[in-house]
Amino acid sequence: MEMVKLTIDNKQVEVPRGTTIYKAAKLVGVEIPVLCYMDLKDLNIEHKPGGCRVCVVEVEGRRNLAPSCSTEVTEGMVVKTHSIRVLNARRTVLELLLSDHPKECLTCAKSGNCDLQNMAIKMGIREIHNEDIAEMSTYRMDTSPAIIRDLNKCIMCRRCETMCNDFQTVGALSAINRGFMSVVAPAFEMDLEDSVCTYCGQCVAVCPTGALTEVDHTRQLIRDLANPSKTVIVQTAPAVRAALGEMFDLPAGTLVTGKMVAALRRLGFKYVFDTDFSADLTIMEEGTELLDRLSRHLSGDKNVKLPILTSCCPGWVNFFESQFIDMLEIPSTARSPQQMFGSIAKTYFADKISVKRKDLVVVSIMPCLAKKYECTRDEFKVDGNPDVDYSVSTRELAHLIKQANIEFHSLPEEEFDNPLGESTGAGVIFGATGGVIEAAVRTAYELFTKKKLEKVDFMELRGMDGIREATIDFNGLPVKIGIAHGLGNARKLLEDIRSGKSSYHAIEIMACPGGCIGGGGQPLHHGNIEILKQRTAAIYREDASKPIRKSHENPYIVKLYEEFLGKPMSEKSHKLLHTHYVDKSKKIIYI
Amino acid sequence: MADYKIHLLVCGGTGCKSSESQILAEHLRNEIGNQGLKDYAQVVGTGCFGFCEKGPIVKIIPDNTFYTQVKPEDAKEIVEEHIVKGRKVSRLLYKDPKTEKIITDSKGMEFYKKQVRIALRNCGVIDPENIEEYIARDGYSALGKVLTSMTPEETIEIIKKSGLRGRGGAGFPTGLKWEITRQSPGKEKYVVCNADEGDPGAFMDRSILEGDPHSVIEAMAINGFCTGASNGLVYIRAEYPLAIDRLKNAIDQARHYGLLGEKIFGTDFCFDITLRYGAGAFVCGEETALIHSMEGGRGEPTMKPPFPSVKGYLGKPTNVNNVETFASVPVIINKGFEWYSSIGTEKSKGTKVFALAGKVNNVGLIEVPMGITLREVIFEIGGGIKNGKKFKGVQIGGPSGGCLTHKHLDVPIDYESLVAAGAMMGSGGMIIMDEDDCMVDVAKYFLDFTVDESCGKCTPCRVGNKRMHELLVNITKGNGTKDDIDRLMNLGNVIRDTSLCMLGQSAPNPVLSIIDNFREEYEAHIAEKKCPSGVCKALMIYEIVPENCVGCTACARACPVGAITGERKEIHRIDPSLCIKCGACMDRCKFNAVIVN
Repeated sequence: MEMVKLTIDNKQVEVPRGTTIYKAAKLVGVEIPVLCYMDLKDLNIEHKPGGCRVCVVEVEGRRNLAPSCSTEVTEGMVVKTHSIRVLNARRTVLELLLSDHPKECLTCAKSGNCDLQNMAIKMGIREIHNEDIAEMSTYRMDTSPAIIRDLNKCIMCRRCETMCNDFQTVGALSAINRGFMSVVAPAFEMDLEDSVCTYCGQCVAVCPTGALTEVDHTRQLIRDLANPSKTVIVQTAPAVRAALGEMFDLPAGTLVTGKMVAALRRLGFKYVFDTDFSADLTIMEEGTELLDRLSRHLSGDKNVKLPILTSCCPGWVNFFESQFIDMLEIPSTARSPQQMFGSIAKTYFADKISVKRKDLVVVSIMPCLAKKYECTRDEFKVDGNPDVDYSVSTRELAHLIKQANIEFHSLPEEEFDNPLGESTGAGVIFGATGGVIEAAVRTAYELFTKKKLEKVDFMELRGMDGIREATIDFNGLPVKIGIAHGLGNARKLLEDIRSGKSSYHAIEIMACPGGCIGGGGQPLHHGNIEILKQRTAAIYREDASKPIRKSHENPYIVKLYEEFLGKPMSEKSHKLLHTHYVDKSKKIIYI
Repeated sequence: MADYKIHLLVCGGTGCKSSESQILAEHLRNEIGNQGLKDYAQVVGTGCFGFCEKGPIVKIIPDNTFYTQVKPEDAKEIVEEHIVKGRKVSRLLYKDPKTEKIITDSKGMEFYKKQVRIALRNCGVIDPENIEEYIARDGYSALGKVLTSMTPEETIEIIKKSGLRGRGGAGFPTGLKWEITRQSPGKEKYVVCNADEGDPGAFMDRSILEGDPHSVIEAMAINGFCTGASNGLVYIRAEYPLAIDRLKNAIDQARHYGLLGEKIFGTDFCFDITLRYGAGAFVCGEETALIHSMEGGRGEPTMKPPFPSVKGYLGKPTNVNNVETFASVPVIINKGFEWYSSIGTEKSKGTKVFALAGKVNNVGLIEVPMGITLREVIFEIGGGIKNGKKFKGVQIGGPSGGCLTHKHLDVPIDYESLVAAGAMMGSGGMIIMDEDDCMVDVAKYFLDFTVDESCGKCTPCRVGNKRMHELLVNITKGNGTKDDIDRLMNLGNVIRDTSLCMLGQSAPNPVLSIIDNFREEYEAHIAEKKCPSGVCKALMIYEIVPENCVGCTACARACPVGAITGERKEIHRIDPSLCIKCGACMDRCKFNAVIVN
């Protein structure tokens, strides 16, 4: 590798050719402030549009200042990162950004976690020049079921565009208009709700300011909890317990299942249940569907289509409903664990505790923003009453716990309530990429081969590569499995299916990097894959610690079928646990 | 084919067309037909003659008679008198405003005397819609020469030695750019002609494409041969419909003649050209933004390096040159680099086309040798300031350039001298201001343009220029404070220092150069709340001079807002808090009693 020698702030440094000034400076301990820059190195995303100009530095012999994030070093370069010229420019640029930013820090969702605010604090900005005559670029507020766009707070860093277009390949967001009026918006300035947005929330996860935030349901939740005529119950997704601790300064990967349950109880939920339970239920339905399709396929039925695709990720469902409508019959019809939970809670469980459907409020704690949208879908309502009333993100839960003055660290470890709180290890691993399919394999193997599966850990299905594949031996039948996380990777697998190149029997797809543990509602990981890896490890630790690790062995699931559903894919199951998909493609074509 | 004895060249540029030159040409043809002279005289629609001030132009060949401001109804007289009887129509001839003498041949006119037309060599001379006329003027001989007798390296060497530099504004050495593109690895390369001309008032690229499209096509093919590209793209703004039509027509003809397409001149060289239309964003003249726009993306610039010569259109090496640069290439090949480099100054060779506009007598398109002074351009070619007013300043380089003043009149026009004086060559806009122009208002005008045209990608350009503009608006409203000049200078310098592309980096130039050269005008607006030129409305105060007022009430009746009070035969007064400064009272008063302070 060719090396380049240069001087940064009087320090000699030698770096490979192609290195940027910003990265070279880091090596000698000089941290140049950046704002629009984002390095999601492990996801192969380095966003360096050179737009904010906060990271400018002085390069000897150069006419103007250089953006350090996107200027490559050259031999003998002499760089000054904090000359007076640089400081004045940096401060002026920051003042310009602030001059077009609302001063709403008191009520802003990102306050305290805002890159722009942090930068203003660091630079000691006390006033905005010409504030009395400075016009603000204003844009209408756009509220969708999951994400709020408040573009008055947008600083045009364009990180969301990179996530939406380059990483997820969704293409819902791009810059429109120009100059002072430029904003990042869906095509033709549509509302997000009318666009191809999947609500994966990766844009929200990287937004440095309050321009993109989740729809807040904590206010509604507090009101419902305070309403004596309501019975408020909660379900928590597997990925939440592996990340919630980070919001309380615990190291990434700390499992806080028991403390989370305790906290939820103290918040006033009547019953604290586990989405892992309904994940086990999902495996019963989805696994049975897989086996059904597989055996019909093996017996030569030409009408059956393979591969079967998992359907528990709502971002992914939104993605194929708008961009792969020719393949709507391929995904499993099984509802997601969130929705299966809601459906069972408002029928089976409501009967058990003799509470009317309308008085039962089902709340979900999810690592996800698309879940907020999913529970509003008409398919998941009975007479207008939703199976799941609303969904609260991991971040929102943390804020609630803090609001309620609950000292998280000293909470005892508590257990979920029954009957919807018991789960197996298979339900837990839904939270990590590859987990759903591994859980399905554990059950499908035994149902198909009628043999006991001795080794339940399928290491070949785990990992962080964007696209993975493995062949599992079903007693002589090689079952080919594909896995993708991130919608850009999903697109590749789908295009292979479309062109007939795919030879998989089953594919698991998760919209977010790492699966749900990297969801749009989780504590911000800033692209640090180590955090994602630690969360994943926690998920598998919980799996390993469970006495039962196969969904079909969950006694409460067995009981549910005996008492209520009959058997997987029965008529009742179909009504309560399955769904159909909608062609949303017109959004792209006719608008 | 008829052997015409007389050719009537009628300007068919966009300017003259809008003054009915097409109808004029039609009338001339009809009259010639009526006189039975169809095989004797021919009407030819040409490109721009440049002397737009006096358009529409009709030039009669072979006697070189140059008729100015010709109307369709003059056609009959021209044919009957000049063509049939051989008598010049004297009322349509050009009269020198200084000597009052009639000049029949354009060569004798001040406007043309000091011009050297290289890029514009065929504009106003040939029919741009007829490839044979271009060929008859050595057209495509340079391409033939290069393809059949020279290597790409030899050709690039000629361009390098000629000293030709990019005419789009930055002045990068053209030959060097060609060499870098040639040396960039890659089988697939592209030649791009930047025809996204956007400076307010500038129209040289349009005129070349309208008047001599083949010169650009030929040069692009030569460039393709030199760099190893077989695809050419012209990025042209959709608001140039005539240029687009003529270019399309020229490309079709060139294909028909085998000058584009496969095996050109019987060699293995293949080259073809397609058009891409711009939607009229100024920033798309910046080459990286232009490339993104061609690729179907948002037209906004990206960091350089990588330069397009290394990584351009579709990620392939791409040679981007401006129209005027290309138009100069075939002549250089034909006449040699020695000839070309003998024109101009040490570092700026050849000629530059300028669009002369504003308060100058001879508005139009001119091509002058590098090194000519501003004084020669404005006072000789331009014929001085309109209506005998005093010269105040000249904005060179469009909204990216600077405003120069009296003390710069003897600055030679070349890349380095203009920059040293605080302006820049730019693409060739030259707007002349006189004593009636308010320089703060001029700065505001240009900044208004760049604020509107900023792509919004980088903070200093998106927000900074807006903030500077707000300060200027505030000053012209009389609300400026004494710190404003310092604020403008700091903001301007930071924007220059930190913006991503040249649009942002150069946007503060008009403001900063006007502070340099006309600081007292800013100060008058700020400290005295006065606009010395009487342009900034908000600073005007209409008053009635008691001695002159006879109390006729005419002004009060004319006032649309009821700001004037006074009884009949008594002195009237204007309430400044109501006055909207429309000037109706002043127009109406017969006694010079209304004045502006």
